[in-house]
Amino acid sequence: MIRLSLLLTLLLAVALPARAAETGEEVVLGLSQQQVQITTGFTGSKILIFGAIKREAPIDPEELEVVVAIAGPSLPLIVRRKERQFGIWMNTDSVEIDRAPSFYAVATSGPLREVLTWTEDLRHRVSIPRMIRSVGAPGEVQDARAFTDAVIRIRQNNDLYQTLEGAVEVTEQTLFQTSIAMPANLTEGDYLTRVFLTRDGRVVNEFETVIDVRKVGLERFLFNLSRNQPLIYGLLSLLIAIIAGWGASAAFRLMQRN
Amino acid sequence: MQIYLPIAEVSVNIFLLLGIGGLVGVLSGMFGVGGGFLITPLLFFVGIPPAVAVATSANQIVASSISGVLAHLRRKTVDLRMGTVLLLGGLIGAAVGVLVFNYLRSLGQVDLLVRLCYVVFLGVIGGLMFVESVRAIRRSRRSGPAPRRRQRGWVHALPFKMRFRTSGLYISVIPPILVGLFVGLLSAIMGVGGGFIMVPAMIYLLNMPTKVVVGTSLFQITFLTGFTTLLHATTNYTVDMALAVMLLIGGVIGAQFGTRVGLKLKAEQLRILLASLVILVCAKLAFDLLVHPSELYTIASPLHQEEQG
Repeated sequence: MIRLSLLLTLLLAVALPARAAETGEEVVLGLSQQQVQITTGFTGSKILIFGAIKREAPIDPEELEVVVAIAGPSLPLIVRRKERQFGIWMNTDSVEIDRAPSFYAVATSGPLREVLTWTEDLRHRVSIPRMIRSVGAPGEVQDARAFTDAVIRIRQNNDLYQTLEGAVEVTEQTLFQTSIAMPANLTEGDYLTRVFLTRDGRVVNEFETVIDVRKVGLERFLFNLSRNQPLIYGLLSLLIAIIAGWGASAAFRLMQRN
Repeated sequence: MQIYLPIAEVSVNIFLLLGIGGLVGVLSGMFGVGGGFLITPLLFFVGIPPAVAVATSANQIVASSISGVLAHLRRKTVDLRMGTVLLLGGLIGAAVGVLVFNYLRSLGQVDLLVRLCYVVFLGVIGGLMFVESVRAIRRSRRSGPAPRRRQRGWVHALPFKMRFRTSGLYISVIPPILVGLFVGLLSAIMGVGGGFIMVPAMIYLLNMPTKVVVGTSLFQITFLTGFTTLLHATTNYTVDMALAVMLLIGGVIGAQFGTRVGLKLKAEQLRILLASLVILVCAKLAFDLLVHPSELYTIASPLHQEEQG
């Protein structure tokens, strides 16, 4: 038994470096928090991402670059455009977008195009436009591109999409760290966090982990109740209103009597 | 201090919400109005998605009208029979209204519909009130007799007559049902109680005695907005309880102050103030519709509310 486990350890010890040998370098990652809890007082969250690069071989003279990307759950969207009709601005054209992350931040150790080539970006889907998938627009919309651009623009203005070039600090080609600020209007779900090590614009190693963003406590309770038991939720809202309205007038009448 | 609203999914300053609740409470105490027509646009302005604003303010109106109904029931100034007939129409109207609301929401036009309704109704009501109260002030200066209102019209020629003892009326049920229907429709689409439509309709169209008008309209509004709240909660999931509680706290306290301030002012002054306020809100909403928006695109998702541009 002992011998067997020894053998296994030995095999593993051989196997692991062998796999890493293709790249020679591996990411060891730490997160300041693995979980973001949306509470009643939630005003956003700052996540510190730090790590080290484990390597067996001596350091490659070519500069090592790091790309960190956090992506919220991808959802289908409808983008509408306003146009002036009868003197007022109203929604007219609309384009459905198959998938767009509700949150996306990409931080790099240098200018994005230098750190990652166009083909590598395409393969690994790293930059913001690569994360948005739009299959087709209805025939009457000629400029579907403007709609995808609008999603990026609006979400950038709300800090939901962020490109943080030069925000990853790399020390001695071994240690790296960055922090990403998440705004208050987050969607719940699993936030896929990816770290890419690149050399000369090519990805040499990739690491993935998940940050869990959840409503907790009262937020969780109310949200679940409103979706799972809408009638009870509605009745409860009414009850609160009735008690508040009736209670207040009763209380103030008591106060006036005294 | 920020509060994260679970259904609206936005983080808003807690004092801003308490303030809105308080302001509307003061106004409703001062003028004896439900305040729904102010609370919904104010919620738009602070970035609450329109669908959530409409549904939640319906819930808020239940609270602000229930204490009124109880007071009127004690004084026996509620025509329960008329209230029930109005309510019957109202429930049908609200159901249709929610259907229209949901259909337009899927088309992406609900925001426009709500805003247009507000501009039209606030404009008309505010304008009429303003003109009326300016006239009233002039009249009180000249201290002439108030003009008689017209009696008996086409309303009395309709079939299905019914006796309403408390109001001392014997009229067809068709006009009250139509009035109720219309108010129900507005309640579902605009998140208002509809008192500002119903009270004039009851006085001028149905010829109800003034002393039962307010109580009866409050009776109808309480049940109607309660029903609307439930409809929105079960079909749209857009009632935000945390938002409602914040507004309620502000509203309850504000109403008590408002009642006191209201007692110190003259009725005509009050009405001019209210009219100017209504016109101001209307102008702001109209301005937003007419001026070139800074962001032409909006994002909506089938599962979530609209994002602000």
